Amino acid sequence: MTRALISQGPVPGKGPVAYLDMSTELGDLVLSGPVLTASGCAAAGRELDQFFDITKIGGIVTKSVMLQPRSGRPTPRMAETPSGMLNSIGLQGPGIDRFIESDLEWLNERGATTIVSIAGTTVDEYGKLASKLRPTPGVAGIEVNISCPNVENRGQVFACDPTTASNVVQLVRRNSDPRMPIFAKLSPDVTDIVSIAEAVVKAGATGVSVINTLLGMVINPDTMRPHLAGITGGLSGPAIRPVAVRCVWQIRQAFPDLPIIGMGGIRSGTDALEFILAGANAVSVGTIVFHDPSSPMRIHEELQRALVERGFGSMAEAISYAHRPADAPPIESEGEDEYDFITE
Amino acid sequence: MPVQVKGEVLDIRRAGAYHVLSLTAPGIADIARPGHFVTLGIGGEESSMVLRRAFAIHQVQSRGVYGGTLDVVIGVKGNGTKWLSERRRHDVVDIVGPLGRPFILPKERVNCVLVGGGYGSAPLFMLADQLRERGCRVDVVMGASTEEKLFGVLDLKRLASTLTITTEDGSLGERGMVTEVLPELMKRVDSAVVYACGPMPMLASVAQLATELRAYSQCAVEEAMACGIGVCMTCVLPVVGEDGVTRMLRSCTEGPVFRGDRVLWSAVGSIPPGTVGAPVEGAH
Repeated sequence: MTRALISQGPVPGKGPVAYLDMSTELGDLVLSGPVLTASGCAAAGRELDQFFDITKIGGIVTKSVMLQPRSGRPTPRMAETPSGMLNSIGLQGPGIDRFIESDLEWLNERGATTIVSIAGTTVDEYGKLASKLRPTPGVAGIEVNISCPNVENRGQVFACDPTTASNVVQLVRRNSDPRMPIFAKLSPDVTDIVSIAEAVVKAGATGVSVINTLLGMVINPDTMRPHLAGITGGLSGPAIRPVAVRCVWQIRQAFPDLPIIGMGGIRSGTDALEFILAGANAVSVGTIVFHDPSSPMRIHEELQRALVERGFGSMAEAISYAHRPADAPPIESEGEDEYDFITE
Repeated sequence: MPVQVKGEVLDIRRAGAYHVLSLTAPGIADIARPGHFVTLGIGGEESSMVLRRAFAIHQVQSRGVYGGTLDVVIGVKGNGTKWLSERRRHDVVDIVGPLGRPFILPKERVNCVLVGGGYGSAPLFMLADQLRERGCRVDVVMGASTEEKLFGVLDLKRLASTLTITTEDGSLGERGMVTEVLPELMKRVDSAVVYACGPMPMLASVAQLATELRAYSQCAVEEAMACGIGVCMTCVLPVVGEDGVTRMLRSCTEGPVFRGDRVLWSAVGSIPPGTVGAPVEGAH
């Protein structure tokens, strides 16, 4: 495997750490690193840029934008749960026009790699959103959020049905530049996530983003009523990580070459590594941003360290490594003198 | 601009029903203004409590050797605040701040009334200090359900021209709510501005009174937040802009201090009809 040594800067921590090629490919989209922000957990990057340089991670996946401005749901919109949280925001946002004028404009000026997440209430709306983005510069990819659980009608979770999921992706593909990388964001709340992945791939998705939140609920023991104004909400955070890793694993088993963005409860570099070993080409960091606003950068650095410690020559070598046969030889040991070591 | 730092616990002490936590906070304490808040990480890096807790900055000190320290007042309400109340000297706490928009201070020497409900009095200390430095008269009203839940009575007494206390059970001061004594006081001192921090219903009443008495009001809200930095959209409330349009604004970045006459207090917790992006009857 080739090993391009690209400069990502020194990794803080103890002892010398090698420069490691952290780049990754999602179809034709090449990212400098595998760590992205998760949609809905980073707004449009501006706030997090106060805490770390957002151009130094793989990219920003923006909060799902809809065709029209959207107020979202009433409050309370959030409940803390064991190692996670439940949210019922309801996609509050400025609408696609203002998003393009202000948020995307800022991200482009800032030099960030931007994957725009879109959400519609009808198949047609997804198509219109894709058309709006088509002439817009600075869109590295589109994540099609067909799995937000906080819509008025649960029947509208497109990702719960292979046909509707496929209809949405097909239209987004048709209305986008043929080379535009398109990722369908899938829901874990299905019997067979592989069949949904298959449907969206056939419909023209470049890859998949797995997973969105799981539908959950909290009853307030004091009021003895549902805690969230929206009654149900999406469960996220470290609590759902094993579910997410399982979904990535299953999809990778079925599609050896499909670009997969893995997400769900990543809070450390070794958590990110788990997803990559399971088959993710890139990872998104979500809920833990609320706990630690610097976490995407920290996780990038921790992941780099974890990969070096395990003897990988590049990040890409680790992708799907957990799928190797039981009798596979250990990682080919590459002499330490091949690395460009830096010492703090 | 907010920063994220590891703060060291210098001291934690009881104050009635509350705990006052003193932390080193280099880069935060030195730029904090009255009404700013911080969020604290709970339970360490492997914590099962993933959401930060937000606290108004109570006091800041510039202690050269520590590069600035700050105090927050903690009311134990659940496991997160309980964990904080159990911190001891030299423990490390992850701090993000200063966050939010602080209180706006008057340019002229006007009479100001400060209203604190429960530990909502915490951010009023720095505010009272700075108002007095500007030559403003400061009168303070504090209220709580019971004496134990008042915070900082003695210190506020020193900072204020007058201090009026109300408790619902009559254990200290006058029996009743702050809003029962407020109109009389505002008229007596001819107050131009009312600053308030406390529970939502109190803020709603204070804001309404201020409007009736033609005073300007600045209300610091306490909304449930997940991130505190403007990305999660959980802490929103309906606020009317200068253009007359209602929007769901974030308490963390567009507040926590709002003009009292701009917040649709009775609609907090809902999406009032006409709000930007509100669901339209018959549509989706």
